[in-house]
Amino acid sequence: MPNLDASFSALADPTRRAILARLALGEATVMELAQPFEMTQPAVSRHLKVLADAGLILRRVEGTKRPCRLAPDAVASIDEWLAMLRKALAANYDRLDGVLAGMGAKKHATRRKDKR
Amino acid sequence: MTKLTLKTEGDRFVVVARRFAAAPEAVYRAHVEPRLIQKWMLGPDGWTMPVCINEARPGGKIRYEWSDGKGGGFYLTGEFVELKPFSRIVHVERMHLPDPTPDNHIVTTFEKDGTGTLMTMRMTLPDEATRAAMLQTGMERGMEASYVRLEVMIAAG
Repeated sequence: MPNLDASFSALADPTRRAILARLALGEATVMELAQPFEMTQPAVSRHLKVLADAGLILRRVEGTKRPCRLAPDAVASIDEWLAMLRKALAANYDRLDGVLAGMGAKKHATRRKDKR
Repeated sequence: MTKLTLKTEGDRFVVVARRFAAAPEAVYRAHVEPRLIQKWMLGPDGWTMPVCINEARPGGKIRYEWSDGKGGGFYLTGEFVELKPFSRIVHVERMHLPDPTPDNHIVTTFEKDGTGTLMTMRMTLPDEATRAAMLQTGMERGMEASYVRLEVMIAAG
């Protein structure tokens, strides 16, 4: 099962982000991915394994090849979660603004009293 | 107006920042005094927090229980690790859905920012299973209930 920590680890590497960017254009084989990155195929395969383990890409078998493609759900679910988090926090903090305004009003009243 | 910023940090954290028009002391108190917490840490309209236990001392317990007023609800438990009035809170929390989610380690800081406060909260990203459970719950009971659960998970104690 994809793991969110693993997803972010996978995304932390610039080469893996570049591979994902390439896969956003469409399916590609290891050989096709290795060329623009000037990497050996085993090196690319290692990156692909990290991406696959994180649930960010999907691979299928086609003869001796194992073409890769993006697993858009994995990336989208992270964005979805962050969007929900933002909305939840925004609602509570907007309410907290009101609570703080009430506390401030009381404090000012007390201070004015103290000065007299 | 968007006052809230939310971004991922490295591969394991989410950092949330928000400015408030009140002194750090007030914002800090609103995170540790039950009678204040019960006024704002509620999620969508209609929800209440009938139980709010907040023992604001190292090792002190946290227990928040939410109710939708129609028999629905859930709760969160946690423990304080470190408190530095009125600038820093470190605590651990988990939701009960009803199975407990993995512990979320949260550091909340309150810094003076002009006449107000900049609050920053650094929390652990939930794992895939936890997130999936929350999203599934959200679909079953409506997105709003899910927002509450998400809020619960990250809410500063």
